[in-house]
Amino acid sequence: MQENSPAHTKPAHADIVLQATKLSKYYQMGEVRVQALHNVDLSLHQGELLVLLGASGSGKSTLLNILGGLDVASSGSLFFGSQQLSHASSSELTQYRREHVGFVFQFYNLISSLTARENVALVTDIAADPMRPEDALALVGLESRIDHFPAQLSGGEQQRVAIARAIAKRPHILLCDEPTGALDANTGRLVLNVLDQVNRETGTATAIITHNAAIGSMGDSIVHMSSGEITQRLYNEVRADVEHIEW
Amino acid sequence: MVSKTEHFTRALHWRALSFKLLRECWQLKGQLFSIALVVATGIMTVVTMRGSYESLVQAQQQYYNDTRFADVWSSLRRAPESLREQIQAIPGVALADTRVSFLATLDLVGLDAPAQGRFVSLPETRRPILNDIRLIRGRYVEAGAPDEVILSEKFANARALGPGDEIRAIINGRARDLDIVGIAISPEHSYTVPPGSLLPEDDRYGILWMGRRALGPAYDMDGAFNEAFVKLAPGINELAVIDHLNDLLEPYGGYGAYARLDQASHLMLQGELDQNRVMGTAIPAVFLAVAVFLLHLVLGRMIATQRGEIAVLKAFGYRDAEVGRHFLTFALVAVFFGALIGTIGGVLLGRVYIDVYRQYFDLPDLHYQLSPSLLLIALVISLGGAFSGAMGAIRKAVRLPPAEAMRPEPPARFTPGILERSGIGRLLPASGRMILRNVERKPLQAFFSSLGVAFSVSILLIGLFMFDSVNHMIDLQFRKIQREDITVSFLQNINAAARHDLARLDGVTRVETFRTVPVRLRNQHWSREVAIQGMQNDGQLRRIINANGAIQTLPAQGLVLSRVLANRLRVAVGDTLEVEMLEGKRAHTSVQVAGIVEDFLGVSAYMNLDALYHLSGEFDVISGAYLSVLAAERPQLYRQLKNVPAVAGVASPSSMLASFEQEMTQSLFISVGFLVGFASVIAVGVIYNGARIALSERGRELASLRVMGFHRREVAMLLLGEQGIITLLAIPLGWLIGYALAFAIVQGLQTDTFRIPFIITPRTYWLSALITVFAAAASALVVRRRLDSLDLISVLKTRE
Repeated sequence: MQENSPAHTKPAHADIVLQATKLSKYYQMGEVRVQALHNVDLSLHQGELLVLLGASGSGKSTLLNILGGLDVASSGSLFFGSQQLSHASSSELTQYRREHVGFVFQFYNLISSLTARENVALVTDIAADPMRPEDALALVGLESRIDHFPAQLSGGEQQRVAIARAIAKRPHILLCDEPTGALDANTGRLVLNVLDQVNRETGTATAIITHNAAIGSMGDSIVHMSSGEITQRLYNEVRADVEHIEW
Repeated sequence: MVSKTEHFTRALHWRALSFKLLRECWQLKGQLFSIALVVATGIMTVVTMRGSYESLVQAQQQYYNDTRFADVWSSLRRAPESLREQIQAIPGVALADTRVSFLATLDLVGLDAPAQGRFVSLPETRRPILNDIRLIRGRYVEAGAPDEVILSEKFANARALGPGDEIRAIINGRARDLDIVGIAISPEHSYTVPPGSLLPEDDRYGILWMGRRALGPAYDMDGAFNEAFVKLAPGINELAVIDHLNDLLEPYGGYGAYARLDQASHLMLQGELDQNRVMGTAIPAVFLAVAVFLLHLVLGRMIATQRGEIAVLKAFGYRDAEVGRHFLTFALVAVFFGALIGTIGGVLLGRVYIDVYRQYFDLPDLHYQLSPSLLLIALVISLGGAFSGAMGAIRKAVRLPPAEAMRPEPPARFTPGILERSGIGRLLPASGRMILRNVERKPLQAFFSSLGVAFSVSILLIGLFMFDSVNHMIDLQFRKIQREDITVSFLQNINAAARHDLARLDGVTRVETFRTVPVRLRNQHWSREVAIQGMQNDGQLRRIINANGAIQTLPAQGLVLSRVLANRLRVAVGDTLEVEMLEGKRAHTSVQVAGIVEDFLGVSAYMNLDALYHLSGEFDVISGAYLSVLAAERPQLYRQLKNVPAVAGVASPSSMLASFEQEMTQSLFISVGFLVGFASVIAVGVIYNGARIALSERGRELASLRVMGFHRREVAMLLLGEQGIITLLAIPLGWLIGYALAFAIVQGLQTDTFRIPFIITPRTYWLSALITVFAAAASALVVRRRLDSLDLISVLKTRE
C-alpha cells in the first residue's frame, strides 16, 4: 500500500535544468527503420528526483542516453539551460558530460585498478569545482572503505562508490541507469537511500531508470514509457521513504 | 565405430567453426597481420642472411674445386723444374705444380703514378695442374705467342682494357708491349693488395697471366720456378707437408711454405665469410627468438580474451580437443602467412644481398640458393612458438567448467603495491596511478612486453654500432696511424741514402724510411709468417697507435706485435720468439716481445729500424718510405716517381680510404636498413598487439570514462600510457642487451684482416631508442583510432 497516491498535476517547482521537446529517435537497422523514441516532451527541474519506468525496449534507455549527451536525437530539441544540445558536436557533448552530468551504471563500472578514493579522484581531477573525494565518499557512507579496491568491496559498496564518483564533481544532472539492477533488495534499498539523500542534500536534478514500479514512489515524479512514448507522468506530493518501498 | 550421424555432426561442427574462424580472422586481421609480420621477419632473416651465407660457402667450394685451388703454398728464389718430382713425392701430396711469378712496373696510359703488375706464368699447352684461372672473356694464351697476356678482371675493368688492347710493362728493365687476349679471375687473386698497401687499388695494381715459356726467359727462369703449390691427399695434415716442403726448398731460397689458411685472398674471403656467418647466425637467431617469444605472448593474450566464447562452444558440446584445434588454427593462420611472406621476402632480399656480394666477392658461381632444410627449421621453430603460446592459453580456458567460464572473469584483483608503500602513488594523479597499477599488477606480462620491445632497441643498436666502429677504425687508421700522403715501395731493398733523393723530389716535405723483412716467427709449435716493419724512432708519419688512441713508442729493442698475432703465437710481453729471416742471409735468431698493440687492420710486427738492422745483419737498406707531399705538387711527383726504375709502387692512404669507405658504407647501409625495418616490425608487433589486447581487456573501463566526460585524448593516454611505460622500460633494457650482443659480435669478428673496435657512441644509443619510440608511437596511433569507435552506450548495459 502506498501512503501517497501520485497526482497528475505538476506542482510548482524550481528552475528547469533539462528541457526536451518532441524528441524522436530512429535507428536504421538494415532495411528496417526502428523508432526508439517518438515525440517525447520532458522537463527536469533543479532538485527534482524523477523515476523513469518502463519495460525493456520501452525507449527509456534511449531517452536517458540522449539526455546524458551520449547520443543525439533524430529530431526535436533538447536544451540544457540555454544550451542547445540537439545539434552539439561530439566534443561539445563530451564537455557537457564532463561538466554537468553524473552517471551511475547498472554494473558500477568502477576502474578496478583504482581505490574507492581514486575512482572518485579520477573525476574530480578533471572537474572545475569538485568536492573532496573523501567528502563525496562520506556522503554515501563509505568513509571507512576509502582505500579499498573494487575487488575488496561488496556490490552495494561498489555502487555507492559509483554514486560518490558521479556526484563528486557537483553535476547539475545525475542519471542512474538501473542502479539497483544487479543488487539484492536490501542492498538495493541502501543504494536508493543514498540517491535520495544525495538528491535532497545537493539539490542535483536526478533521473533514475528502472523497470521496478515500486521505486516510483520515492520520486518527485514518475514517467511511464512504452513503445518509445511517454504514456503517463505522475507527481508525488510527498516522496515515499525508501525504507518502505516494497520490492 | 563412428556412426553416420556423428560424422554429420562433426562435419557441421567443423563447418560452423570454420566460418567462425574465417570471420574472426577477418575481425582480428590487424593483429594477425602484425603477428604474421613478426613471424615473417624471423623467417626472412634466416632465409636471407643464413641463406646467403650458405650460398657464399657453396660458391666458394665450387670455385675452389673448379680451379683446383692449392692447399699449401710456397715461394722461393729459384729452383730447377726437376725439383717438382720431389715435391710430388712428399708423403701426403696428391698433386704438385710450379710456376714463375714476378712483380713488374706497368706503364699505363692515362695514369701518371707508377702502377704494378704481378706476372704469373701459365703452361701454354695445357691448363695448370693447380691454381687454374677462370676465363671471363677472350681466350687462353697460345704456345709460340710470347707477347700474349691475360688480365685480371678487376684491373681490366678499372683500366677499361679488354682483349685486343695492348698494355706496356717494364719487364726486367725492358719495355714490352703485350697483347691482351683474355680477361680472367682466380680465387688466388680475388683480393689483390699492392705491395705497401693495406687495401686493393684496382686501377694501379693487377695480375697478368703469361705463358711460362714467354715469361721464364724474361726473368732467367728457363727450366726453373720460384713458386710451388701442393694439393693434399684427403685426410692429410698440412703441417707435416709444410715442414717437408720447407726442408726441400730451403737450399733454393725458400721463403717458407704456408697453408691455404694464410693465403691472402683466401684469408680475406674466409674472414668475410666468418663475419657473415657470425652475423648470419646471430641476427636470425635473435630475430627468430623474438618472433617465437612474441607469438607466444600475443597469441596467449589474444586467446585469453576469448574465454567467454570458448565456454559457449563447450556448452554446445564441443570437445576440448575440437576447441583447442580451432584456436590452434588461429596460430597456424598467422604462422602460415608469416612463413609465406617471410620466404618470398627472404628469397627476394637474399637475391639483393647476393647481388651486392657479387660485386664484393669474386665468386663466379655465386647464386642465391634457398636451402629447404633451413626453411624447415625456421618454420618448425615458428610453429613451436605459436603452438606453445596458444596452448598455454587454450589449456587454461578449456580447463574451466563452461558455466564458470561463461561468467565474466572476477574483477581484476588489485591490492596495495609498491606504489602505495613507497608513497610515490600520492604524488600522481589518479590516471597516472591507473597506468602504473596495471603495469604493477601483471609485472611478468609487462616485463616480457618490455623485453620484446627491448629486442627492437638492441637490434637497432647492433646495426648502428657498426657505423661507430667502422668510423672509429677509419679515423684511427687513416688519420692517426697513416699520416703520410704517399707510401713509396721499392722493387728491392736499396741503400738508405735514397732518402735524400726522395727528399729532393717536387713537393716532398718529409721523408721517413722503413724496412720490411719477411720472417717466420715461432713459439714452440705455433708459428706465423709476417713482415717485420722496421720504423724510424722519431717517426711522425707512421706511428703505432693503441685501440684507445694512445701513441705507443717503439722500444729500442724487441718486437711490438698486434694483439691477434701475439694471441696466435701464444706470447705475452717479455716472452721470446724465434725469428727466421726469409730473405738475405736468412739468419735464425730470437727476439723478445717488447710490446703488444691493439690494432684493427692486418697483423703487424714492428721493430725499431736500427734494431732490425742488427737483427738482419744488413745495414742501411730500406724497403720504402713514407712521404709528406704538398697537395698541389702531387701529380708532378707521381710523374717523377713513375720514371724511377727502383720504385715498385706508390700507395696513398686517401685513395685506400676512398675504396674502403665505398665498400664499407654500401654493405653497411643495406644491412642497417634491413635492421631498422625489422626492429620496427618487432616494436609494432609488441606495441600494437599490446594496445589492442589492452583495449579489449579494458574497453569497458575506458568507455565508462568517456561516458563520464573524459575526452578521447585523455582516454587514449590511459590506454597507451601503459604501452608508453613498457616502451620506456624497454630502452635501457634494450641498450643492455644490445651492448652484450655487440660485444659478442665484436668477439666473433676477430679476423686477421681486421678487427672491429667495440665503440658505441651516445648518438647510437639515442637513435636506437628514438626509432623504437617512433615505431611504437605509430602503432599506438593506429590503436588510438579504434578508441574513437568505442561503443559508449553498450557500456551502460553490458557487463563485459
